[in-house]
Amino acid sequence: MSAWEVLRFALGGIVTNRLRSALTTLGILIGVGAVILLVAVGNGSAKQIQANIERLGTNTLTVFSGRFGPQAATGTGLLSQNQDLTVAVARALANRAGAPHVKSVSPEEGGQQTATYEGASHTISQFIGTYPSYFEASNSLISSGTYFTNSDVVHARKVVVIGQTVAEDLFGTADPIGKRITVGGVLFTVVGVLEDKGSSGFEDANDVAVAPLTAVQQSLTGYGALSSIVVQATSSDSVDAAEVEITAILNEELGVTDPTQVPYQILNQSQLLSASTETTRTFTVLLGVVAGLSLLVGGIGITNIMLVAVTERTHEIGIRKAVGAPRGAILGQFLVEATLLSLFGGTLGVAAGVVGSHFTIVGVKPVIAPASIALAFGVSVAIGLFFGSYPASRAASLVPVEALRYE
Amino acid sequence: MVSALRATRAAGDAATQPPVEPPVEPPVIDLHDVHKVYGQGAAAVHAVRGITLRVNRGDYVAVMGASGSGKSTLMHIVGCLDVPSSGRYLLEGIDIGELDESQLALVRNRKVGFVFQSFNLLPRTTTVQNVELPLAYAGVRRPERRHRALAALELVGLREIADRTPRTLSGGQQQRAAVARAIVTNPSLLLADEPTGNLDSAATRELLAVLDRSHAGGGTIVVVTHEREVAAHARRVVNIRDGRVIGDRVQVPSGSPESPTDEAVD
Repeated sequence: MSAWEVLRFALGGIVTNRLRSALTTLGILIGVGAVILLVAVGNGSAKQIQANIERLGTNTLTVFSGRFGPQAATGTGLLSQNQDLTVAVARALANRAGAPHVKSVSPEEGGQQTATYEGASHTISQFIGTYPSYFEASNSLISSGTYFTNSDVVHARKVVVIGQTVAEDLFGTADPIGKRITVGGVLFTVVGVLEDKGSSGFEDANDVAVAPLTAVQQSLTGYGALSSIVVQATSSDSVDAAEVEITAILNEELGVTDPTQVPYQILNQSQLLSASTETTRTFTVLLGVVAGLSLLVGGIGITNIMLVAVTERTHEIGIRKAVGAPRGAILGQFLVEATLLSLFGGTLGVAAGVVGSHFTIVGVKPVIAPASIALAFGVSVAIGLFFGSYPASRAASLVPVEALRYE
Repeated sequence: MVSALRATRAAGDAATQPPVEPPVEPPVIDLHDVHKVYGQGAAAVHAVRGITLRVNRGDYVAVMGASGSGKSTLMHIVGCLDVPSSGRYLLEGIDIGELDESQLALVRNRKVGFVFQSFNLLPRTTTVQNVELPLAYAGVRRPERRHRALAALELVGLREIADRTPRTLSGGQQQRAAVARAIVTNPSLLLADEPTGNLDSAATRELLAVLDRSHAGGGTIVVVTHEREVAAHARRVVNIRDGRVIGDRVQVPSGSPESPTDEAVD
């Protein structure tokens, strides 16, 4: 009995039992397809959230002014003047020798300001005075016009780069470049409009205007303390190292004696990112579990069909044994049958999953995880093989007369 | 009784063997004190209670008995479809009890052809493919397999319906196809378990004619039946009751040319 004969018998078995073969294939198809697609959706949404956060800048640290710790709660200490964040502190942070992992330092000053243009009025939630390095650090790209320059900062020129929301509210569809807006009674010339940054959480990241720090201090806020300093690390891997470095410098500059009571707070974007990555991973795992369950249910379906088939075919096995079929030939036939069905269903399932993930599902663009394909395919084929061959091997071990009793 | 058996064997041997070779050839079937018990303890059913039986080459034996007499169980043991609980069974001198699973498969394939009461053809598979099945497991190549299967079908008069599936055949045709499947490997022993149980009288006559032809061609046949008409075709009738042999006699078969009452029986 050659392997070719066994294959022919197996194909014969598949063709003569069309409905059973089709149902088995369908069970595997749905299981595999569901796993691939659901994991892809979870993966896709994780990637989407990650991209949203990365758009805000991942390798930045923001230093805020303010006393945090037990002393703040008891209210015993007042912030002395030399504990404010100032431009001098920012310069100290930009010191290459002390902080090799810091790429740029952008002092930031600002808050809410009302801007008007030809009768249109808009309250900008973030009117920021800073250095040009801020654009890179905060991942703010220009969509039209230009950034302001260091020269603008040195000369305290009243120019401003505005966000999408501000541009729409003040200018509508008109081109804002070169127009002059009034902010706190001072005229600023719009030189650029930022790209859409999307909204993250509760804030509209597009409701922003960025101007040279000197111009803002001169005309609006005065030369007092900064509201924050944005520090950009050399890469996203060196953010934590940069944080250690600037902590040391800040402690020295601000005369901190007790490290538990510091007059500043550092916000680490990469920590935010890893926290959200954790969240989305949980989401993906959840979807994966749901998909795994559907694979399990599909597997039980396959098992059920295979078991019914074997009961139904035990009689056939009895006939084959009675005419002298060796155990190996019967096992081979059933194993090959199960393998072919599993492989066929698994391949169709992979195809369905891959095709399905080309569509956007509830606003999420699915991203296929290659491991999910291997896993789903492997598990379904294993289920098909096991439940296709195990009952058959039991039937093949029966004395022919026993097998023939099944009708 | 014993002398009659010897006489039969001697006559059979004389017909098929050259006289220079003495009957050293082992009997086709040699059962020695065979028992078969189903279940255990109080629920145990003693189907076969110590049967000793010999059947020689070229013999045509009818095993008769009421239903539940253990004749089918005996037949399954003889056909290697079941194993005895105790006792010894030699098939052409081979001790069946000492064979492993794969050797048993080989014996079923090469030495025994089995015809069931319920035909047991594979449905949704053509008649000729059903007949080819034992040859496929014997490793016969496809063209030769087809050739031999068609020859076997020719022998039972079903050559022209080789490509139809069993479902479209009458009971008589299905049983003759089953006989073709049983004889296609040219086995040493043809066993038929109530082969006419599901057939009408015309189909029964056709089937018995096929068995007679097979016997005339030198085959050794054992038929289990409770019909006198079927048993009348055998040269030897063994009666079984409650798992024991209660009678064993030689007769002139009605199907053979030497029988003067052939027409009368049919």
